[in-house]
Amino acid sequence: MSHEAAHDAHHHEGSYLTRTGSFWTTVIQWGFTKDHKKLGVMYLTAVLILFFVGGMAALMVRAELWSPVRQITTTSVNDAGETVTTTEIKGQMFNFPKAGETATSLNTGNETYNRIFTLHGAVMVFMVIIPSIPAALGNFFLPIMLGAKDVAFPRLNLLSWWIYVFGSIFAIASVIAGGVDTGWTFYTPYSTTTDADHWRVVFMIMGAFILGFSSILTGLNFIVTVHKLRAPGMGWFDMPLFVWAIYATAIIQVLATPVIGVTLLLLVLERLFHIGIFDPRLGGDPVLFQHFFWFYSHPVVYVMILPGMGIVSELLAVHAHKRIFGYKAIAFASLGIAGVSFIVWGHHLFAAESELAATVFSALTFLVAIPTAIKVFNWIATLYKGSIVLNTPMFYALAFLFLFSIGGLTGLPLATLATDMHLHDSYFVVAHFHYVMMGGTIIAFVGGIFHWWPKMFGRLYNERWALTGAVLVFIGFNVTFFTQFFLGTQGMPRRYASYVDEFLTLHRISTVGSWILALGFFIEAAVLIYSLVAGRKAPPNPWGGLTLEWEVESPPIEHNFHHEPLIKHGPYDYDDVVPPHWDPKDYPLPEPLPTGARH
Amino acid sequence: MSTESHGIATDASAPLWSRLKHAHHFRSKEEEFDACKIGMWLFLTTEVLLFSGLFCAYAIFRAMYPEAFRGGSHHLDWLWGSINTGVLLISSFTIAWSIRCAQMNQQALLKFNLAFTAFCGLLFTGIKFGLEYGPKWAAGKRPGSLYDYPNPSTPNEPVWWSVYYAATGTHLLHVLIGTAVILIMLARAQKGMYGPKHYTGIEIAGLYWHLVDLIWIFLFPLLYLIH
Repeated sequence: MSHEAAHDAHHHEGSYLTRTGSFWTTVIQWGFTKDHKKLGVMYLTAVLILFFVGGMAALMVRAELWSPVRQITTTSVNDAGETVTTTEIKGQMFNFPKAGETATSLNTGNETYNRIFTLHGAVMVFMVIIPSIPAALGNFFLPIMLGAKDVAFPRLNLLSWWIYVFGSIFAIASVIAGGVDTGWTFYTPYSTTTDADHWRVVFMIMGAFILGFSSILTGLNFIVTVHKLRAPGMGWFDMPLFVWAIYATAIIQVLATPVIGVTLLLLVLERLFHIGIFDPRLGGDPVLFQHFFWFYSHPVVYVMILPGMGIVSELLAVHAHKRIFGYKAIAFASLGIAGVSFIVWGHHLFAAESELAATVFSALTFLVAIPTAIKVFNWIATLYKGSIVLNTPMFYALAFLFLFSIGGLTGLPLATLATDMHLHDSYFVVAHFHYVMMGGTIIAFVGGIFHWWPKMFGRLYNERWALTGAVLVFIGFNVTFFTQFFLGTQGMPRRYASYVDEFLTLHRISTVGSWILALGFFIEAAVLIYSLVAGRKAPPNPWGGLTLEWEVESPPIEHNFHHEPLIKHGPYDYDDVVPPHWDPKDYPLPEPLPTGARH
Repeated sequence: MSTESHGIATDASAPLWSRLKHAHHFRSKEEEFDACKIGMWLFLTTEVLLFSGLFCAYAIFRAMYPEAFRGGSHHLDWLWGSINTGVLLISSFTIAWSIRCAQMNQQALLKFNLAFTAFCGLLFTGIKFGLEYGPKWAAGKRPGSLYDYPNPSTPNEPVWWSVYYAATGTHLLHVLIGTAVILIMLARAQKGMYGPKHYTGIEIAGLYWHLVDLIWIFLFPLLYLIH
């Protein structure tokens, strides 16, 4: 039965986007919806808005670094013969003093810089990257890929969303009140003493604490959904790899987030009542905070990257139209990364812990490279002799492979104690984690958006412009961050608004890169918005995919499936199965290479 | 016998619990029950991890300042601690019994057990606030910089009080949340929502309450008994 016929037979069931009332009725319906798809779309919207906010902060950081900040004191003799000293600050772009301070002070400018990069880091980590793939795309696609009508606990899902909104309001209130300058890691004693007369830091910490609840509840919901709501016939190894990745992510979310919960709770008590647990003057231990913090925040690095890896597995298999190489290896590597993530937190504390502990954590950290490399090699093997279509999602997947490999490999010198002595707290670290978090997660996220956009909104986008934007993002990203590897190895420390003149050229190249990157993202945003307004209607299966989301309509109906699906083939059986609703007109494949061809 | 469809009564005069259906996205009531139980066990895991941070802080500071912990624990009253332990153990029994009551359709006993469990939660809170926190706080045995007791056993005793208040305070918050949940269960039981085929709510509330009890079973000896 063609999809038109299927549609006709069920024309009374509108898509989940169908409006059934006035504007305000629709707003209320969305605000209190238990539909995982609407929740996914709302998360997506919120994440993209916050990505814009965090991105603007990043552009401000790069703009500030266009020139080094210099305080120049000149002494001259005036007409009356008196010696006059004038102080002048040069190269300072942003200086927003607090009430009662003058903008001419060097310190207020430096504090402004600290606030901007803390805003960038906290927004990007807690409000964008962590919820991006699991909460937005995961919410939308995990139940459909499993053949379920919804997640296991739809009401809890709605609660997670509102907790996310509530936590973001706390964090944003803190920013509006002037922002915090602690860095996103909230290290004590700085976080317990800075801005002592103000609530800003408490608000930001409470925001992160509340967002943690949202993360836990979403993870819990996904785990139960995977366990209980798989369609008849779908065994564990018939699940798409995106689902495996989200499952591994959910395990980390559930097991690591409570620890940051209690840490932030103690931090708030420390700040408000000075209970002394982290304060050495009262017998406490600031290093304990670092251990607690990284026990969560290292695993959470994999909360950020694992879903990205899941997306890349989907993109490569679908757009190379090929069975994924090493399905089980990739699935188990996800779980392996989740497992290893819990025993490597100490590598963030090389400077604060004993030599023995540092050596042990250094050795354990190298373990992460094994499951990661397994994935990368399997992805590359998947591409081998595939019918590769170089469209926008595929371009993002390839960009991920390239950028994430650089990000992963530059992690090794940081895990090695001897080289880390030199690179610690330098721009090398900044470049490394941007290659992993942005070059990895954000690139995969954007690739996933382009891959699933026709499914989510039922519209096709302009492929040429989307690809142009993607290429600009790729170039801009490398120009911005590859230079920072050089800055780091040459000794540029992170978190300073100023630098010595030798770094000027590299900093300027990096800043220009950030403009190219921003241009790329603006083009992508325009492409997506235009597609909503005037895009062609998308067929149910524009790419010829085999996972269940391509069997439902674009956009899906409210209960996803007209009938409960019965699983008869694996998610990547391209050799044996003709994709459902597949029209080669929509998706012409390149001729596969003949067997034994030279290339 | 009333009319049934898939084990769910359709007769309006049948008790409420026998008429309740499972949520639309589950295939059966059993599947829904299992899913809720897995969800609750996962949630309990997160609770254990939340407290593990506090237990970890306890272990580290105990190793750092054994005398402060020895001196500090002498100030705690083992008698009230034991009584509160008894209160929680009895309440764990009554909540477990209330699940059995729902399964056996003993509606009056079900409500009594839920009410008694909630009462135990409030009794625990009352003893904790009125007889433990109150007098100690008034005497200046407070956490960290708020500490104002004239003769501490060692200079580091405030850290002991910080650990004590943070750990028992977080636990007390859980007791209060648990009590509120059980009161909601009581209100639902009043409407006749729980019976032999429909007792998921009480079962998972019971799981939560047992965890609250279990955490205390660890906190009590660590704080009150060992010196």
